[in-house]
Amino acid sequence: MAIETHPEQAQGAGGGLPAARPPRPWWQRPAFHTAVAGAVVGYLVGHWLGNFLAANYQQLPLSDQNDMPIVLGYLLAVVGWLIGLGVFSDLARQMIGRPVADPHHNETGGLARYFRYSLDHKVVGIQYLVGMIIYFCTAGLFAIAIRTELLSPSYHVFSSSAYVEIVGEHGTMMMMLMTSVILGPFGNFLVPLMIGSKRVAFPRIEALSFWLTPCAFLILLSGLMLGGYPFGWTGYPPLSIQATYGADAYAIAFGVMGISIILAGFNIIVTVICYRAPGMRWSRVPTFVWSMLATSFMMVLAGPVLVGGMYMLITDRTVQTAFFADQLGGSSYLYQNLFWFFGHPEVYILALPGFGVVSEIIPVFCRKPLFGYKVAAAGMIGVTLLSFFVWQHHLFDSGINPDMRPLFMLTTELISIPTGFIYLVAMGTFWKAKIRLTVPMLFALGLYFNFLIGGISGVFLSDVPADTTEHGSFFVMAHFHYTIMGGLIFAFMAAVYYWLPKMMGIKLNQTLGKIHFWTMFIFFNSTFLPLFAVGMDGQPRRVFEYARNLETLNDWVSISSFCLGVSILIFVINFVYSTVIARVREEGNPWQSRGLEWQVSSPPPEGNFEHVPVVLSGPYEYGVKGAPPVADLNPPAGVLSAAFAGAPSQPAEA
Amino acid sequence: MAAAAAPPPAEAADRRNHGLRIFLLWLPLAVAADLVIYLVWGPHLPPGTMSSSAASQQFDIKVMAVLAAPVMLFVLVYFGYALAVWRQQEGDEEDGPALHGNARIQATWITVTSAIVLSLFVFGTVELIKPNGAGAGEGPSPIWKPGSTPLQVQVIAQQWKFTYRYPQFGGFETTALVLPKGQWVQFNVTSLDVIHSFWAYQLGVKADANPGVNNVAYTKPLQTGQITVRCAELCGLWHGAMYNYGHVVSPAQFQSWAQSTEVQLASVTKILPPYATTYDPTVIPTINKAMAKAGITGANGYYYPPQDPVQP
Repeated sequence: MAIETHPEQAQGAGGGLPAARPPRPWWQRPAFHTAVAGAVVGYLVGHWLGNFLAANYQQLPLSDQNDMPIVLGYLLAVVGWLIGLGVFSDLARQMIGRPVADPHHNETGGLARYFRYSLDHKVVGIQYLVGMIIYFCTAGLFAIAIRTELLSPSYHVFSSSAYVEIVGEHGTMMMMLMTSVILGPFGNFLVPLMIGSKRVAFPRIEALSFWLTPCAFLILLSGLMLGGYPFGWTGYPPLSIQATYGADAYAIAFGVMGISIILAGFNIIVTVICYRAPGMRWSRVPTFVWSMLATSFMMVLAGPVLVGGMYMLITDRTVQTAFFADQLGGSSYLYQNLFWFFGHPEVYILALPGFGVVSEIIPVFCRKPLFGYKVAAAGMIGVTLLSFFVWQHHLFDSGINPDMRPLFMLTTELISIPTGFIYLVAMGTFWKAKIRLTVPMLFALGLYFNFLIGGISGVFLSDVPADTTEHGSFFVMAHFHYTIMGGLIFAFMAAVYYWLPKMMGIKLNQTLGKIHFWTMFIFFNSTFLPLFAVGMDGQPRRVFEYARNLETLNDWVSISSFCLGVSILIFVINFVYSTVIARVREEGNPWQSRGLEWQVSSPPPEGNFEHVPVVLSGPYEYGVKGAPPVADLNPPAGVLSAAFAGAPSQPAEA
Repeated sequence: MAAAAAPPPAEAADRRNHGLRIFLLWLPLAVAADLVIYLVWGPHLPPGTMSSSAASQQFDIKVMAVLAAPVMLFVLVYFGYALAVWRQQEGDEEDGPALHGNARIQATWITVTSAIVLSLFVFGTVELIKPNGAGAGEGPSPIWKPGSTPLQVQVIAQQWKFTYRYPQFGGFETTALVLPKGQWVQFNVTSLDVIHSFWAYQLGVKADANPGVNNVAYTKPLQTGQITVRCAELCGLWHGAMYNYGHVVSPAQFQSWAQSTEVQLASVTKILPPYATTYDPTVIPTINKAMAKAGITGANGYYYPPQDPVQP
């Protein structure tokens, strides 16, 4: 176990000298504004370079379209953005033989540090939290626009081109950015606190993973200015190769986000494996940390496939590489396989953090130990392993490999066993509990209700004959909204209400929280439950005209979705009101949790723990007579060095 | 699922009570739900019984609903009971009982869920093979085929139209899908530009239309009536408007329709490219010229600019 007992001293040596100089004025220091400037310069340079290098290239024969300037513009805009942020400053300093700056020289405190490339995992967590809320609401507005169009089967609010752009933006933005909706804010902020570490393993990589998300978000949105893209979030060629410039925004944004999740995953994996405090055995790791570890492995293993697929798509679109062009020896099936080889683990990247959050929350509010801790961990590992063997169930009707269908039907149905463990754990924990119906607990219960419907409808989709009717219809759409919105986003809300007192030292308004929960729960179900029927009755996804006999159901859904939007608005109002205006301090342990993260003050101090804690027992020992406290935050002097002194002959556990 | 609700051995007195109560609440609900699903709702479940594949899909959905309802009800009844009975009492700050797990319940749960899942797999595989692929596209070399010689119908998808060719009737091409009742049909689905998906809803047939690929699906219409055909794969601007209708008619009506249409369209069929399972995109301009003559327009294999076709 690589524990740095005095990391601040190790870093202090190099940083003493430059810090002695007076700090530059704020506008000369790298921050959000220099990043924007860098991105603009980068785009212009890239656009010029593209025209210079490949003036006569055509994306398709006869198409009179050259994507090279746009693609290079976007890529150099990303590089410029990162240079402007100061991501490469220390690298450059080392290359010319100068000492690196003090890692804290940027951290002036106050609000400004949230707009900088900060190496503090707690700052990155808050940056992610605010970022994710902005991304979620933006993509949610597109959903409202979709439902507005679907109010009528034949009267159009949007043109067909505007409608497909909106569908694509909603789907892509949600699917690519929400991969980090829990791992980003809560994983980065809480994992070190939960495992008793003073820091994360790779603070620079962690910060970089966040600062790529605004890039991906803005590039994807900018696709609208280029005419959008007409192929939803899946981007199947040949449609995505033939589409106009907006498709470049799709491919580059998705690729950049793919890099972001790979980086975020690596940081969490190494942090969890190498930075656990003494005594934090694998049998004491909180289930939330298990879920983050499992999610990170999926991100690290599935992300490269996405980045590769998007890279091939970009080269197909610019330099005619023909990976996916059937008539030139490529295959559009290759893209479908690559995309879903990423895409199916991705939906578990979206589901597992939710399971982790609720499994972490229910023992606190049931006042009981987590039932079947090992089963919970095994369920997450099982889902992670199986998630890489199910992707072809998206291609049951595509015409490839009919003889493989029973196999993919089997793997898809098998994955419901480890997923079911989450319910076993929850039901065992609720047995004879003393349930406290707080706002986080309500959202956790909401997840169990919604995911039940989402999971069971998934079994219907895994069955090839039944899938023949359901595939590509609103049934699928309702299914994955039940698992992702009903699972992940409900868990995200539970986590916000549960951990915001920890992260900001501020409690959200609980009355507004209850109103938010009940409106969201009712209108979420009222929006998506009828869509199962709509799909079964023959309405395909992403259409803007549908059968007239389905108008009543569609109108019901649209009106419910507007109410759902109001409910999210209540959340945003509560968030802004509680954190900016009311600011009710909550410094202790408001939920009487045993979690290690709650044993330090809120918000946690610089460096998390004064001393590296020694973990004495598991986090869920509620009601256990004579259970020791979760950790000794002030271990006697020398206990750590004693533990490590005997390392060769003894396991390194205090 | 009933076994999972059974009481754990320790502290039996109080717990047996709860387990039995949950079980007694759940059992009548589960039985009632299953009877309603199988007998009342089942015959009306989508996609109906208009063809062999639709009927097998309806049966599958019905059986899975019968299995799913008790599982869902068990979880819901359990959580409902927990929320009603095991709430924190006013002023009670004590923790609950320190239960870390129960090997017997965990083993029972894993066994029961595994048994359900494996039996669903066996059921699904039988239901896939027995009705000859259950209406799903099986690709160019299908492995589950009907015994008798099927009627060949080629489905040609393009932005944003479906057309149909009947190779056994001289290869004429039409926008109307007409099928005889009581005879196996082989759909050969292909595309001229991007990926579409041929979804004949009432027939329970869905097969992706890939350019350069012949995706085969089988069904046997069992009743006469109208069919809705929709595109089920996002294929560009007018994906939502890509649908048309077809009819299942009696064999005699089908014969007279096919023969008269063959004669009627003979002049157009002559200038069409000869019937093939797939069409090389380089000959698409030829096809499109013929199509334009027959009053059908497509996208020439390239993507339309956003302003074209002009908004209605």
